[in-house]
Amino acid sequence: MINYIWGFLVLVSIIFGAINGRIGEVSKAVYTGGTTAVELCVSLTAVMGVWGGFIKIAEAGGMTNVIGKILSPIVRLLFRNLNKNDEAVGAISMSMAANLLGLGNAATPLGIEAMKKINKVNPLKSTASYDMITFVVINTASIQLVPTTIGAIRAKFGAENPLDINSAVIITSLLSLAVGLILNEFCHRFFKRKTGGE
Amino acid sequence: MELFSAYILPVIITFFIGAGFVKGVRPFDLFTDGVAQGLKTLLGIVPSIFALVIAVEMFRVSGALDSLSNLLNPVFSLLGIPKEIFPMAVLRPISGSGSLALLNDTLSRYGAESKIGLISSVICASSETTFYTIAVYYGACGIKNIRYTVIPAIAADISAAIFACIVINFTN
Repeated sequence: MINYIWGFLVLVSIIFGAINGRIGEVSKAVYTGGTTAVELCVSLTAVMGVWGGFIKIAEAGGMTNVIGKILSPIVRLLFRNLNKNDEAVGAISMSMAANLLGLGNAATPLGIEAMKKINKVNPLKSTASYDMITFVVINTASIQLVPTTIGAIRAKFGAENPLDINSAVIITSLLSLAVGLILNEFCHRFFKRKTGGE
Repeated sequence: MELFSAYILPVIITFFIGAGFVKGVRPFDLFTDGVAQGLKTLLGIVPSIFALVIAVEMFRVSGALDSLSNLLNPVFSLLGIPKEIFPMAVLRPISGSGSLALLNDTLSRYGAESKIGLISSVICASSETTFYTIAVYYGACGIKNIRYTVIPAIAADISAAIFACIVINFTN
């Protein structure tokens, strides 16, 4: 699936680049894209290293478990197959807590950590499980208490109360999360029947 | 507010290390172990990031976004999404930095308090870069078969755009 999306995106870009007379830019973008990728990797190196370190301390000191216990009612409700797996519950909770608090930089390292822990209890290691898809949907819906990045941009363009979109953001996030979760449930049943079990 | 957010990370780290000492762990050794592991994970996702960023960069400069928004305009007006919002609705799931640049652009053109500006801001804040999440998080775990992941994920993105329009229209 990801292969089709990726291939499609590249081909669409080339076709529209040709139609729009921007094929030169598209051609250049192949290499500038590589450069941008390197830059992103460099900034991720810092983030992955720093959070990789703190995750270990938090695990060993028991803070992951504490945060896991606080958020576990929500996590267990959303992730049905993790009941006895406290490791994954803790990792998911850490990632959720970081997003809620607006620690955007921690999203990737903590998200990957959580995804790896969910994959540990996945019977088919290279196939996405129901819980993994749930985790993607939760990340996509981006639940955060204070949208700081967007608030800063709004402030730059003269918004009187840059954060007064807060309630609209939370309502929108929760509604789109609900749509994603319901569709996950629906697809899960539909495709299970079609393929005869997981 | 700024002071509050400046305190979040230091307070968290204090708790992490404090709890570590209470339990008698060795924070320095753990930290360096974790860094090594984090960097190993990074090596695992570098290929996905290359593939992703190159495709997104090509898409961004090709002008496909504008062409597509003209093409799909009827569908979006049917869903109640103004056509000025369309580029944001499409770009948000694909590119994080791209959608922030577009938000800057939109706010400078229409103003931060305009309806278009408000809706764009809400879309930006209430969804994430789905494409990145799928490619990078799954890539790190070696997931090859993503099954139906994109269906609920993209549905959540589209509904975020629709709900953002509804909520802003309703409250303004």
